[in-house]
Amino acid sequence: MNFGSEISQAFVVCISAIFTQNILLSYFLGLCPFIGVSREVKTSIGLGLAVIFVMTFTVMLNWLAYHYVLAPLNLHFFRFIMFIIIIAAFVQFIEMAIDRFSPVLYQNLGVFLPLITVNCAILGVSLFMVIRDYSFIVTIGYGLGSGIGWFLAIIAMAGIRQRLANERIPKGLQGAGITLIVAGIMALAFIGFTGVLQGQ
Amino acid sequence: MNAESKKLIYEGLWKNNPVFRQVLGICSTLAVTNLVMNTAVMCVALIFTLSLSSASVSILRNITPRNIRMMVETLIIAFYVIIVDIILKAYWPQMSTNLGPYVGLIITNCIVMGRCEACGINNPPATAFIDGMFNALGYSFVLLIIATFREILGMGTFLGFSVPYFSGPGWDKWIIMVMPPGAFFMLAIVVWVFRSIQDRKEQS
Repeated sequence: MNFGSEISQAFVVCISAIFTQNILLSYFLGLCPFIGVSREVKTSIGLGLAVIFVMTFTVMLNWLAYHYVLAPLNLHFFRFIMFIIIIAAFVQFIEMAIDRFSPVLYQNLGVFLPLITVNCAILGVSLFMVIRDYSFIVTIGYGLGSGIGWFLAIIAMAGIRQRLANERIPKGLQGAGITLIVAGIMALAFIGFTGVLQGQ
Repeated sequence: MNAESKKLIYEGLWKNNPVFRQVLGICSTLAVTNLVMNTAVMCVALIFTLSLSSASVSILRNITPRNIRMMVETLIIAFYVIIVDIILKAYWPQMSTNLGPYVGLIITNCIVMGRCEACGINNPPATAFIDGMFNALGYSFVLLIIATFREILGMGTFLGFSVPYFSGPGWDKWIIMVMPPGAFFMLAIVVWVFRSIQDRKEQS
């Protein structure tokens, strides 16, 4: 495959990861922070941006580690440990770097960065990348698209929840329950994008 | 059975249920609830991983340095998940393909890490094992309920066998139930029903 067609495939994969194959609404990954942290738009934006950043870079690192270290040594089953260590180390490194160079940004993001290590969406993207056998460039598009998709979903949810705060909701449905129903409706809306672009 | 284990069992299965009380760790399992069989396999994998990793964390708790305990816990969990993954690939490759990456994602399942942190790290192994096992069972029974409804309403089958009324011409299959929105709606309904029952019990 030549370079040009790979770029266009990466673009298609990126757009479809944002809309039709949204990592949160159609693969259920990263639900815990989605339900736990989506009360305010401001904090959601912070977490969402951190996810986009970490996801794009860890998926690249994991691709390199998988194709240049694990595959030649035939240690495929070892990928879970490899990926989780790379993610944890990357997050730790970024945390120290941000703390060193931009204390203001650290104040805003600091709390969310460690949380991201155990966000299943991050590991999920790396595992999907292996299963679907993406090339390096397509992988970058996929990581970026998945991050943006997650970001869009959590911001939309935070906006809706801020308005829901003053509504009367049955007691058993408050909090998690109503969030899940809204997520279901959002998933329905995103299904509407099906057929616009198909990229696996 | 002593009073302490009874309390742990009650808390795990009902009072502090991971799914409808804490809404934790639903990601990797909610994704496979469109078929009861897939859900059952995932639940068995989760019960195995959660009970044994909680017990292992507990056994190693005195020699684990405090500041790297998260890393140690993650590695222990990953160890058991790799065992599950290899066994599935070797003996049931079809199921391994069906579940895709979700078996591996048990590693980042918050409930596994949560129980290791909450109970494994400062209790003896037996307590940690019982706590992990019954939290996983409490988790499993809720997900099996969701899977049962989704498969019957969406496909008219249960464990692959057709169900009399729902697979016949009298029932328009609710395709939406086997698609992602169905999972969100079903989980919301289950959370609502169980929380209401709990509230009513506490009031009376």
